[in-house]
Amino acid sequence: MAKLKYDKKTGRLLFTKEMKKEYTLLFPMMAPIHFTILKNVFTHFGYRAELLTTQGPEIAQTGLKYVHNDTCYPAILVIGQLINALQSGKYDLNKVALMITQTGGGCRASNYIHLLRKALKKAGFEKIPVISVNLSGMEKNSGFKITLPIIRRAVGAVVYGDLLMLLHNQVKAYELEPGRSQKLVDKWTDILTKQLNAGKGCSRKQLGENLNDIAADFAAVPLSKEKKVKVGVVGEIYVKYASLGNNNLEHFLETQDCEVNVPGILAFAMFKVDNRLEDIKLYGGSRIKYFIVNLLMKYCTSMENLLIDAVKKYPQFTPPGRYSHTKSLVKGVIGYGDKMGEGWLLTAEMLELAELGYENIVCTQPFGCLPNHICGKGMIRRIKEVNPKANIVAIDYDAGATRVNQENRIKLMLSVARENLQKEQDTPQEATEKQADLVGA
Amino acid sequence: MKVGLDVGSTTIKCVVLNDNNEVIDKTYERHYSQIVQKIAQILRDIKDSVLHGIPAQIAMSGSAGMGIAESCGMPFVQEVYATRVAANRLIPGSDVIIELGGEDAKILFLTGGMEVRMNGSCAGGTGAFIDQMATLLDITPEEMNTLAASHEKIYTIASRCGVFAKSDIQPLLNQGARKNDIAASIFAAVVNQTIAGLAQGREITGNIVYLGGPLTFLSELRKSFDSALHTTGICPRDSLYYVALGAAFCADEVVQIDDVLGKVEHYTASGNFAYNPPLFQNQEEYQEFVRRHNQYTVQEGDLASYQGKVYIGVDAGSTTVKIVVMGEDGQLLASQYRPNSGNPVPIVKEFLEKLYEEYPHLSIAASAVTGYGEEIIKNAFCVDYGIVETVAHLTAAQSFMPDVQFVIDIGGQDIKCFKIHNGTVDNIFLNEACSSGCGSFLQTFANALGYSIEEFAKLGLFAKHPVDLGSRCTVFMNSSVKQAQKDGATIEDISAGLSLSVVKNALYKVIRASSPGELGKRIVVQGGTFLNDAVLRAFELEMGVEVVRPNISGLMGAYGAALYAKSKGLRQSSLLTAEQLKQFTHKISVVSCGLCSNHCRLTVNTFNDGRKYIGGNRCEKPVTKKNASEELNIYQYKLQLLQGYGETKGKRETIGIPMGLNFYELLPFWHTFFTSLGFGVKPSPLSTRKLYLQGQHTIPSDTVCFPAKLMHGHVQALIDENVPYIFYPCMSYNLDEGLGDNHYNCPVVAYYPEVIGANVKEMDRKHITLIKDYVGIHRRRDFPAKMLGILSNHFDGLTLKEVKQAAKNAYEEYDRYFEKVRRRGEEIISRAEAEGKQIIVLSGRPYHVDPEINHGIDKLIASYGVAIVSEDVVSCRQKKFRVNVLNQWTYHSRLYAAARYISGRSDMNLVQLVSFGCGVDAITTDEVRDILEKEGKIYTQIKIDEITNLGAVKIRLRSLFAAIEKQETQEVRHG
Repeated sequence: MAKLKYDKKTGRLLFTKEMKKEYTLLFPMMAPIHFTILKNVFTHFGYRAELLTTQGPEIAQTGLKYVHNDTCYPAILVIGQLINALQSGKYDLNKVALMITQTGGGCRASNYIHLLRKALKKAGFEKIPVISVNLSGMEKNSGFKITLPIIRRAVGAVVYGDLLMLLHNQVKAYELEPGRSQKLVDKWTDILTKQLNAGKGCSRKQLGENLNDIAADFAAVPLSKEKKVKVGVVGEIYVKYASLGNNNLEHFLETQDCEVNVPGILAFAMFKVDNRLEDIKLYGGSRIKYFIVNLLMKYCTSMENLLIDAVKKYPQFTPPGRYSHTKSLVKGVIGYGDKMGEGWLLTAEMLELAELGYENIVCTQPFGCLPNHICGKGMIRRIKEVNPKANIVAIDYDAGATRVNQENRIKLMLSVARENLQKEQDTPQEATEKQADLVGA
Repeated sequence: MKVGLDVGSTTIKCVVLNDNNEVIDKTYERHYSQIVQKIAQILRDIKDSVLHGIPAQIAMSGSAGMGIAESCGMPFVQEVYATRVAANRLIPGSDVIIELGGEDAKILFLTGGMEVRMNGSCAGGTGAFIDQMATLLDITPEEMNTLAASHEKIYTIASRCGVFAKSDIQPLLNQGARKNDIAASIFAAVVNQTIAGLAQGREITGNIVYLGGPLTFLSELRKSFDSALHTTGICPRDSLYYVALGAAFCADEVVQIDDVLGKVEHYTASGNFAYNPPLFQNQEEYQEFVRRHNQYTVQEGDLASYQGKVYIGVDAGSTTVKIVVMGEDGQLLASQYRPNSGNPVPIVKEFLEKLYEEYPHLSIAASAVTGYGEEIIKNAFCVDYGIVETVAHLTAAQSFMPDVQFVIDIGGQDIKCFKIHNGTVDNIFLNEACSSGCGSFLQTFANALGYSIEEFAKLGLFAKHPVDLGSRCTVFMNSSVKQAQKDGATIEDISAGLSLSVVKNALYKVIRASSPGELGKRIVVQGGTFLNDAVLRAFELEMGVEVVRPNISGLMGAYGAALYAKSKGLRQSSLLTAEQLKQFTHKISVVSCGLCSNHCRLTVNTFNDGRKYIGGNRCEKPVTKKNASEELNIYQYKLQLLQGYGETKGKRETIGIPMGLNFYELLPFWHTFFTSLGFGVKPSPLSTRKLYLQGQHTIPSDTVCFPAKLMHGHVQALIDENVPYIFYPCMSYNLDEGLGDNHYNCPVVAYYPEVIGANVKEMDRKHITLIKDYVGIHRRRDFPAKMLGILSNHFDGLTLKEVKQAAKNAYEEYDRYFEKVRRRGEEIISRAEAEGKQIIVLSGRPYHVDPEINHGIDKLIASYGVAIVSEDVVSCRQKKFRVNVLNQWTYHSRLYAAARYISGRSDMNLVQLVSFGCGVDAITTDEVRDILEKEGKIYTQIKIDEITNLGAVKIRLRSLFAAIEKQETQEVRHG
């Protein structure tokens, strides 16, 4: 058994090299497609990573028991899921560690890891090491290092995840043979798992090829021509992607016969990188740092190009907007300095979705989410001024909020959406003219 | 024919239209949550008496109808949408519709950009809220309407949710405010809530239509809306039925009524809800439980045959009045437990009259009173002692279990828990504004489902699958309960589930415990709610310990007061005698105190012999006509200092500064910066309630903290002054004070200017420029050039040299300001040390200095004769140290440092002010508590919001002082 070592200065329990060999690393679920692929990146680098796919009310219950109940809902769920796993008896408690991300921003989310440690202590799991996954060099562990090759592959996994999620959503609503797109997602998750485990699939060339093949596969699915209500989902990153956090929102929207668009994770990653550049621009700072961060930004942009190029080939698909374009949409709406949580990107995504034809939007946030008071709810009025077609509903998620309440509000948004869709279909001529006017303006 | 059904949260409405879309039948009934049965019954009635076999198009609407419609194959129309359809058809030309329902509030803007708004998940201000308030006043909503018609004054009552409002109303009632005024104030609160919560920056003008139950039935509520909106809205015919009508208009599928009826009658729920193990497996288990708890009984005696002195204890609680008559050996001779019906005075009077009449030779040695109504009862009847609730309960609990370690009391409206260390109250947990799992919560549910509380609680004892409802406030709970019912939970399951949820709320939200070890093994539970066996059992199961519940669980406060009175060794009580009682009269008048900016609404109670009791005051000024000592109160000093940076004229344009959030600390900086550059500066005035209300219609997120909301009022005030420029910069970073790992502002402080810019439209109309650029004062060297860039977008002729000089002056002034604060802080500390006074480190954020935010709590604390300093006075005495959280916000680092610093001083205690809705404080409060408790210090937290219940604040403070006092005497004894 590995010896427990503590950091001399902070007293933090460390994850040692020795532990790397025999420990299983548990990490909580967020976006299923992405995280499944991401897990394989860690496997390739010799970590026994395990993604928790548990569901059910006991996760929130466990979280509420060990975390301050006024803390944001994602913290309650993420910590609840981890502790619930530890309590399940499935794991050897002497050979298990936990992984959690830490962004280092001014939002409460940077504190999740500390809340997790407090909760572990309360639950009697003090001897279980917690690993911070971050790019800011915040907590170091000898047995776990985010190296450049890992970053490169992780970005690859995110790009794959984004493409699969995007195409899956665009095809699923219209496929003539139900389940076909899901099969493609499964097929490609398998292929990519094999490739990544073999250390392949992450060179620019392989990425480009894979992306093209994926797009071609989805483009071959026969689709119906019917018009459906198009709904975009934005919000705080966890409740936006995790079905555990948003009461299975995507599924609900599907049952309401909608096409769903959930903007990808790559843009969020680029936003976090870009923030470092914006900080320097706004307040001053090191030129060398700017130069290095800018290189990373350029790398991400090249990945984004690959993704968009693959989708663009097929007219039936709507490619995601480029980060630079998304960013340009909020000019004069909200400042680029708003970087905590999802920051200005959240506002930008709503504007972009509306521009792409997904003007019906569910803006999700944990109850009492601080950054979303500003960039979510605080900007809805402004967004409607910029794009009057925007039909936005803000939904709070929380252990106490009920699904009925949430679905009722979403249904109200959808009633208006259906009416707008009906109007468009009644007078296609007028509608196109209106569209032209808007674009012209 | 068309049929529209509206299944709301409390009622079902149904309309039948003929082929000309005329209403030929309508039904309006309460469903008492028997939704499916009621729908079936109504459909059957229609089928038999209206349709007579004619095929009809049917559609269903309403929040409670959603799942049922889907599984019964009926088309569903979202209710707000239905309202709009009906309004467009029936009352064309309407601009805005305001619809209040049982649990929903909606505003529909029909013209000028259609928009529909519904209340969010945290909301009161609806029919259920009004019902709840009526129950509290012990009248019907209709009587409330009648009373409101002849009101004189409007009190400020929180409308966010019932819990808040209750805690505002209860003290008013206890102080003797008129019910007429309270009734009208409740309506005003509903109006406020609707406008603040739903308008979100849009003005409500034009032709306004009122719909829904409350607005149909309550004319005074409509009037209240009219006066707030400066208009006269209409309440059309069939105003109760608009949703049902809309559903009927939308109905386009012909449905065979028999099919639907068949499906509704055979509607089986999914049976899919989370549940807990049963409370009791069988009758034997229950009997054993009852037997065990029956041991803890108080000795009783017969008053008629009793010889000796008696002691009287009164507990004037929030919803009930408890009185005991106790003998010399602690035996219970007589008792009373009654709802206070809004005014405890006549109840106590009646009790005493009866007591004197029946036992004229009684020898009363001493009396004591505790509870919310302590002050008024003490004054009215010349009771000997008034004691704080926690002390009363502890005294009583110790008589049952001398070595008790933890007392948990769940009453009608409060949860009071405290740890006992060395025989004194060591740590107090009170329920905060948003955690209402108390007795009245169960009561409300029982009544809503048509049961008495006793019947309802019993139902749960043998429930097979107690529903898992989590631990949340009533508003959330309502919808959870409804959801569970739809999923097939029985009334029994729900009753047991609610009992469990009361317990979970107390344990996880109020006490924040995760294991029985934290509470200790010796636990006494009390309060009326624990008389309920289901709650008691749930508590024991959840914590895995066996506890003591005295049989006088509901009387413990009063019994404790009697014991306390006895311990004082008086021989003759000053309590009003039978003679004096005959002369007793009680008059109430209401006045506004004008002695300071708090403008407390005072209720002046005058008794027959001219004795007076004044309630509603925050400080002693109106009572003693003297200023509470402001010399030892740094909050007052800070406020004075800041007010010194007033309006100035300059050779350049005038810049308006909204005095809220971080300006409470940065005003010296920016004021100096701009005046150095030759600008005029105009800070907005000191916050008032009125200033807040003037800005509230532009608040987009109703769950943001009150200090942020208040910013809207300050900006509005500057707009009203026609200031050409408003300067309110975004600031991700604050200055680094070297106490933490980073120096962020919280997201709200950092970016609130963005919200102001996007939502306060009047600035555009009046061509007022908001300068809200991102500014980094944390980078001193870069700041001047960056700031020049920002200012040059608006003003010509500024040079870098000028800006550099201005920046230098600004940083110096900022330091000077802090220097002054700290110097004064040190003076206060050394004076307190010299005079042997306790020092309270009243901690929070810089903006908690705003009297509208702190509600005069600083003065309240000062009135107990202690010195007050703020966290920043002592935080600088502490070096950076390791905390168990990411220490990344400048303001919060000060809290940790202050907590750490005072740990080493016996004359200092920390009281933390926490704004409701402050997400960051979910992290800081736990950490500050940990730091303090590690050193054996008591942690006291006060949650504040738009409105704050000073009653609860007083309990906390008095308990803290009582504990400090006891600690001191013990130290002296041991020392």
